[in-house]
Amino acid sequence: MTTPVLRVNDLRVHFFLDEGLVRAVDGVSFEVHPGQVVGIVGESGCGKSVTMKAILQIVEPPGRIVGGQILFQKDSGAAIDLTRLSPKGAELRAIRGAEIALIPQEPMAAFSPVHSVGEQIIEALTLHERQWRPRGPRLSRAEARSMTVDLFRSVGISMPAERIDAYSWQLSGGLRQRAMIAMALSCRPRILIADEPTTAVDVTTQAQILNLLRDLQRQHGTAIVFITHDLGVIAQMARYVVVMYLGRVMEQGAVEEIFHAPKHPYTRALLKSIPSMNVPPRTLLPTIAGSIPHPLGRPRGCPFHPRCPDAIPGVCAERVPALRPIGSTQLASCFLYNRDEASEP
Amino acid sequence: MSATRWLLEVRRLKKSFPIRRGWNRKVVGAVAAVDDVSFTIREGETLGLVGESGCGKTTTARCILRAMAPTSGEILFRAADGRVVDLAPLSRAELRPLRPQIQMVFQDPFGSLNPRMTIFDNVGEPLLVNGLRDRRARLERVADLLELTGLRPEHMHRFPHAFSGGQRQRIGIARALATEPRLVVADEPVSALDVSVQAQVLNLLLELQQRLHLTLLFVAHDLAVVKHISDRVAVMYVGQLVELATAEAIFRHPRHPYTAALMRAVPVPDPHAPSGDVALAGEVANPANPPAGCYFHPRCPFTIEACRTEAPPLREIEAGHFVRCHRADELVLAGVGAEPARGAHGVVDSRGSQREDV
Repeated sequence: MTTPVLRVNDLRVHFFLDEGLVRAVDGVSFEVHPGQVVGIVGESGCGKSVTMKAILQIVEPPGRIVGGQILFQKDSGAAIDLTRLSPKGAELRAIRGAEIALIPQEPMAAFSPVHSVGEQIIEALTLHERQWRPRGPRLSRAEARSMTVDLFRSVGISMPAERIDAYSWQLSGGLRQRAMIAMALSCRPRILIADEPTTAVDVTTQAQILNLLRDLQRQHGTAIVFITHDLGVIAQMARYVVVMYLGRVMEQGAVEEIFHAPKHPYTRALLKSIPSMNVPPRTLLPTIAGSIPHPLGRPRGCPFHPRCPDAIPGVCAERVPALRPIGSTQLASCFLYNRDEASEP
Repeated sequence: MSATRWLLEVRRLKKSFPIRRGWNRKVVGAVAAVDDVSFTIREGETLGLVGESGCGKTTTARCILRAMAPTSGEILFRAADGRVVDLAPLSRAELRPLRPQIQMVFQDPFGSLNPRMTIFDNVGEPLLVNGLRDRRARLERVADLLELTGLRPEHMHRFPHAFSGGQRQRIGIARALATEPRLVVADEPVSALDVSVQAQVLNLLLELQQRLHLTLLFVAHDLAVVKHISDRVAVMYVGQLVELATAEAIFRHPRHPYTAALMRAVPVPDPHAPSGDVALAGEVANPANPPAGCYFHPRCPFTIEACRTEAPPLREIEAGHFVRCHRADELVLAGVGAEPARGAHGVVDSRGSQREDV
């Protein structure tokens, strides 16, 4: 087994609001291996986006990382804990954008409207020059510009030489997201974090963007952390899947196991409740009872127990199950698979 | 099916918006958001209207609601008293008595309820507006409506912020049903909801429809959602209707290349399923400057010379199956299977009776 390029270990991110404490991420662990696509899937409030922000150290106050580690494997072989770095320090700024890049959900909001998209990519290339090219002459403007044109071409933007001078608001949704991908890949990152990269685009454009990401991933072998609420997208993109609910990992494992042999009752119910194209029209869907609890009204014990059809009386409402291995690659946090733990006093 | 009469007939509906430029906002052109759309909705039926952003599905829905005035065309509505009225040319005052019969469910459950009004006031408002002044009668009616939509009537004096997204959408549905409408227009009613809640709201709509014999125009971009709720499906592309057929037929045998491509583009929640390697090239045409001939030809893998020059008409290729494509007769396009994939689900047929799936 390769050394993971990223190890998230018992991460806890809490938000200290006037109304109370919100445990947005409460003990999340997973690993990302080089060249692997890890999908993080969950519904709103599950903490998937906050986990992503914690990795990049861009959690905004009143949120704070209160525990756990995020170990990033440097090229040199040393692992550094990102949570120990100052969010505004030089060391982290050298990693952010250069070694860990982000494709945000809404590229319209992520690009500056008053600079051309090409200009913004050239800035990233220049800023992180010593990370992606440790040696060699300083990058000239002409060189940066021609690299940007190449990047645009590699993400399938037609007329790249003209398009790099466009402003983000002049591009269509699909082109804008392609330009964002070009920017994220510009410094040859080791990890790409894609936060719902296709939620804002149409379904035919989504298919194109997903194809592009798949091709680029194969070409460059970049590890991708793919965050989405769409189980269809996860099944098509990820090799390894982390299922989150209310700030905790319910289950994780290889994509085949998650979709064909889900263990956690939440994963099972979630998979059943998605509308499918493969059933006859006008079919009633199996549902999950109740709704996602308010972040301030988090249930005691297992966060899923009030909605769980298999909850064990007196156990699931009292204690929080730990994430334990079931099978070769699969892990689940559920007392159903851990009767010993369940029967402990 | 053909025995039931139609409730709504849309004939050659057009809605264009002016494009203005310059300091004096001079009109320099027009965008045909809805371009010659015709369809009918039968009583008790759900018509799914599907397409990508900018295809005109929401504009069509808004014209039917007469939230905007169409540029041309007819919107024939069979009113409760049996009269057939064309909604298109009516004035605000003339529309008023018809309004209770056509109601809407909105997309965003957070923006569509007044946060300063209790649930009772939110749901009771259409009753009050339509003349139910007696507070006690309103209380009773709102309690019934909440119960009908799976909410607890004792919560009616709470404010919207106390409810989750799914519950708010139920409240929105209760409000739409308050005036006992004959037609409900639902514009993306589940797209803002989480997966686990989306299923509940879809099921609620299916159940309510058979109980109340509702007629539903369901506007959505999500094909799987549309398949779950619709009797018939209409697909729009750049302001035009490109295909219209029963849900069964359109999913099993799509006849328009765009419909087929749209189906293939939906990522299947199964890692073994082939991933969408056959993604459609290019992007949706600009409705302000659509291509000549068939609007879809620049992206279509089956384009022939005629597609570039001649706009294909919408024609009936089989009984009840309409398609706007020159090559619909010769093309064999792959649909998606109708065999039940997972477990035994209950099935609601268009007659409203529920049966167990085999």
